Parts: sequence; C-alpha cells; structure tokens
Amino acid sequence: MSFSVTEPSRRQKWIAGSLVVGYALITLIPLLWIIATGFKSSADSIAYPPKVVFQPTVEGYVNLFTTQTRMGEDLRAEPREDLPWYEQLVREKGNTIVGASRYSERFFNSVIIGFGSTFFAILLGTMAAYAFSRFRVPLKDDLLFFILSTRMMPPIAVAVPIFLMFRNLGLSDTHAGMILLYTAINLSLSVWLINGFIDEIPVEYEEAALIDGYTRFQAFYKVVLPQATTGIASTAIFCLIFAWNEYALAVLLTSGTAQTAPPFIPTIIGVGGQDWPAVAAGATIFLVPVMVFTILLRKHLLRGITFGAVRK
Amino acid sequence: MAQIDIKNVRKEFGTFTAVQSSSFTIEDGEFFMLLGPSGCGKTTTLRMMAGLELPTSGEIYIDGEEVGMKPASERDIAFVFQMFALYPHMKVGQNMAYPLRSQGMSKADTNKRVLEVARILGIENILGMSVGGLSGGDRQRVALGRAIVREPKAFLMDEPLGALDAEFREHMSEELRALHDRMGATTVYVTHDQLEAMQMGDKIVVMNHGVVEQFGKPQDIYNWPATKFVAQFIGSPPMNFLDFKGKVAAGDKSIKLNDIEIEIPVLKTGAEGEISLGVRPEHIHFSDKSNYKGRVVATEYLGTNQLVTLETANGTIKARTESTKLIKTGETIGLAFDARTLSIFEGESGLALPSQANEGVLQHG
Repeated sequence: MSFSVTEPSRRQKWIAGSLVVGYALITLIPLLWIIATGFKSSADSIAYPPKVVFQPTVEGYVNLFTTQTRMGEDLRAEPREDLPWYEQLVREKGNTIVGASRYSERFFNSVIIGFGSTFFAILLGTMAAYAFSRFRVPLKDDLLFFILSTRMMPPIAVAVPIFLMFRNLGLSDTHAGMILLYTAINLSLSVWLINGFIDEIPVEYEEAALIDGYTRFQAFYKVVLPQATTGIASTAIFCLIFAWNEYALAVLLTSGTAQTAPPFIPTIIGVGGQDWPAVAAGATIFLVPVMVFTILLRKHLLRGITFGAVRK
Repeated sequence: MAQIDIKNVRKEFGTFTAVQSSSFTIEDGEFFMLLGPSGCGKTTTLRMMAGLELPTSGEIYIDGEEVGMKPASERDIAFVFQMFALYPHMKVGQNMAYPLRSQGMSKADTNKRVLEVARILGIENILGMSVGGLSGGDRQRVALGRAIVREPKAFLMDEPLGALDAEFREHMSEELRALHDRMGATTVYVTHDQLEAMQMGDKIVVMNHGVVEQFGKPQDIYNWPATKFVAQFIGSPPMNFLDFKGKVAAGDKSIKLNDIEIEIPVLKTGAEGEISLGVRPEHIHFSDKSNYKGRVVATEYLGTNQLVTLETANGTIKARTESTKLIKTGETIGLAFDARTLSIFEGESGLALPSQANEGVLQHG
C-alpha cells in the first residue's frame, strides 16, 4: 500500500465524506429520536409502526414540569378562557395543574453537583499535577501509580462501603457529599491528564518569570496556567461528563434533597401511566448543559485530545 | 552593573556532583565565558548565579552581597535562555514589558522603556506581533530585549545562540558583542563552542567534570593551557602531544625526544614518568635541518592553509602550514619547534608544568 501527500481525489473525498455522514447518523439517530419523542403526544410516542412524521406538541414538556390531577366533571364543563396556554393544554386531557414537578429541582442539583465536583477536581488536580511535574516529590512514581490505581475498578464496586461511610458521616443525600464523591473519583483522571500537559510546558518559562521578579505562585498562575488551558479545558469536559451522567451511585446515595437528574428521570414514567414524551423531554433538557459546555470548549477539546501527538 | 564572585561553590544532585568547589571572579563590565563540554557543570554554575539552583555549599557574591540562598527574583539579574523562553501567550511588547510590570512600573513608563530598548535592538516594528511567528533571530532579539529593559546588575546567558543556524549565529554573536560594548554590562555567557568563547569573551573559564580547569584571557588560555584537557578542548585542531617517558627537572632548558634535543621554556618544577610535549599545529615548522622527523600520512587543504598529518616516533600530530607549500603523502620531513611556544604536561595528572613562559597565566580552579 502506498501513501501519497497529494490532494485526495473526488472519489476518495466522496467515500470519506459518506463514511463520516453514515457514522454520524448512526450515533445521532437515538439522540434525534429522543428529541423527537419529547414533542410527540402520548399516543404518537407509542404508535406502531413508529411515527416519523407527527403533529408536534409541547405536552411532554408541560407534563415534565408540572404535577397534575384529574378534574371533576363539573369543572371540566366550565370553559376558562382566562387560563394560560399550558393550563388549557392540560385541561383538554381532563386534568388540572396542581403544582410544579420536582424536575427543575433535580436538574439544578445536577448542575450544582456536576459543575461543583468538576471545579474541585480541576482545582486540586492542577495543583497536584503541577507539584508532581515540577518538584522533587518523594516516591513520586509510586504516588502517581497509587492515584491511578483508584481508577482500576468501577466506582460502583465500592458503593456499599461508601454508602455506609456516608450514612455515618451524615453525607447521604447531601450536595456536599455528592460533590466530594465525584471529586474523589475524578481526581485521579485530572491529576494524570493535567500532569501530562504541564510536563509538556518547558520549565524555562517559569524560570524566566522567576528571574523577571515574580514569585513561584505568580509564575504558576501567570505563565503556566495560561499555557495549560487547553489541557485543563479538555480534562474539565471529561470530569463534567462523568459527574453529569453518573447514575448508579446517585441512585444509591440520593433520594430527596440532593437527587440528581439521572436517577429522577426514570421515575417520571410512573406518573400517570407511561408518559414517554415527558421522559424524553427530561432527557433532552438534561443533554443541553454538557452539549453547551463541550461546544464552548470544543476548540480546546480537539487540541487537548491530540496534544503531544504532534511536536510543535 | 556588578562584579560577581564565586567562592568554593559546590553543587550536588543526590550522589552526583555537578560542580566541585569552584572559585573565580567576574569583573565589572566583563564579557565572561563559561566554556566546557556538555555535562561539565557550566550551566549549573550559571543557574546558581541566577538563583535557579541553590548551591550545596560555597558563596556567590553579586556586588559584594552574598546572594547564594536568595531567590532569583531578588537578585536583580537577567537570564537569556537557549530556547529563548518567550512567554508564548503574550505579544512581543508584553514579553519585554513583563519584568518591568513586576517591579510595579507604571504603564506609560514601561511603554517608553520598551520602545527605547526595541529601538536599540531594531525590533520596534514587531512589538505588536505574537512571538509564535517570529524568526529565530527576532526571538533572540526579543529575549535580549526582555533582559535589557530592566537594566539588571548582570546578564546571564545560557548558550543564547545555540538554537540559531550557523550563518545567523556569526551575525548575532557580533551583534551581541557590540551590544555589550555599548552598554558595558557584566555578562556571563555559557557555551560549549570554543571558537565562540575566544571570539567574544574578555575572559574564559574552562570547566570539565564540574571542575574549573583554567580561568583567564582567551590568548593566555590558548597559548598556555593549564591542563591537557584545555589544550585539547581549545583550538581546532587541538594541541598536539608528543608523549615520552623520562624525567625533567626544575631549571631544565631542553628535553630529549627520541634522543633528539628539543629546547623548551625553562621549567620551574620537575616531573617523572609519562610526560607530554604540547605544541599547537601552527607552531610546527618544516625544516630540513631538523633531526626530528615525521612521515606525512595525509594532507587536508583548507584554503589559505593546509593541515598535514604526520607520524612521529612519539605519536601522530597535525601541523598547519601555508597551502602553497607542496607536500606529498609518504615523504619524511624534518620538524622544528619554537621553544617559546611549547608546554610540558605531566602525563598522569594532565597538568602543565610551570615554566618561565606560562607561570604568569596558570590558574587552576
């Protein structure tokens, strides 16, 4: 087989392009299906054969955010033009809204716990990685290996001891507990990844700053950090994705105050029959923050993943 | 500007000794070269002056003040790195302004000063550019600019021309020397290139295996090397050694080489055993009258002169002579030496024996 550095032919481009499009479709279809289901009516969502073309409705979203109850016959007969559109929508089904659902609370918990744990994992990870990279740490290699070894089993394997510990420490179903837990799990990843990135930054930059009259800490945050942003950003995305999507430990350790969205979304099914549009709506909204975060840091992410592969 | 004194400085990394008890003085305003092969401890010595490494023992004085244990930021010196170490996330102007901002200088004064220095270096037109797109020479100038703006007590440079290509190096070394002469700043310059050291330096320290082998003016070091190492490290091709077994004594005016008497400068001390006669290639003359013979093995044409490789009873040597002289491979030629240019080395220690000629310049670390 021979390789050429010339421009690929039209045919080659066409083949490569269709492969990429094909792969994108395969990965995107489930996602698109979920987004579409969120806008279907209950009947359309379970129709067989499945409906690709349907009358869109925001019923699922209204159901997701509200708690409803059946109305009495007399109330149903009475026309109420003064009610807002979502009340009207619910009334058509013979229901009435009695309050907000818990979804927004759970979603907000996910934001606090996901971003909070990412922040701490990056903060501590960066400082530890800098120390490992720049100072003579006794038993450095063993310590780094030990840190990595915490990643060698699935976190759920230690769920029972963590459950018992959390219960004794009063951390069960608290935001602090979940942030602590996710930070601890992500820390090994962040120390290792960021350590690699900082190793790539020549020491001379800091030395130049030291000689230019800056302290070690100033050199760290004025010279090293700006250059490590790529690595830190991509590490932050990985940490956030883990904390955001984590399900098993969240099911086990949270039930009320600190429950995150992943364990909550499945419980929507049980409210008033199998309300798939509401579940899909919940999943769709849940996808947005990670997507926005990833798109914002997209440039860094791509550079971060291929970092070190190409010598500058 | 400042005088720098290095007193018995020693640096160990674990069990490895990088610098062994070195002492020398850098006079105010001098262009001072730290020369040696890689791993000889020259960079470590420079970094200790800068405060990037702390000495295991010994003292470093800058302007009479002991700074050995002070952090780099408090020493008021500038450092030029081999890889330039320009802050990649800043523009040229910001790079040059950075050391001034740390001193709390106002924005207006900083800009004025940066522009002033940029003019000296001829880089005022690139101040707004990012450092990534600069050529090697411009990077070098920016790195120098960053060092100059602060008017530090001394400039420390770690192979600053090492990353430039050969052609440009020549030009930059002239520029650097001219800049030094203009500012009169004490400069310590690390290099492994003996030509660069002799070309640019007012004074040279030659180091090897963490030991200062010799310290002095380029001419003295070239003519009167203190050790066999210096004799071989400096000069291209290096000094020739004619090895013999025997005995020399204080007051000797000549030695016997293969039973032929050769005049040397009057010795001050004697030695016994393995002894070498050191002679620079350009100090070997071809003379039919001489009884000391060599057989021509090869000749190398170098333009104005040629190098002749000769086999003698005491080893292979190289001589430099005008290229107009016709010399054939295989012929045997008489070799004459000028007594005023010869050095005698003790074989085992490699030290030069003091003689009337070199006693004034021999200085060991």
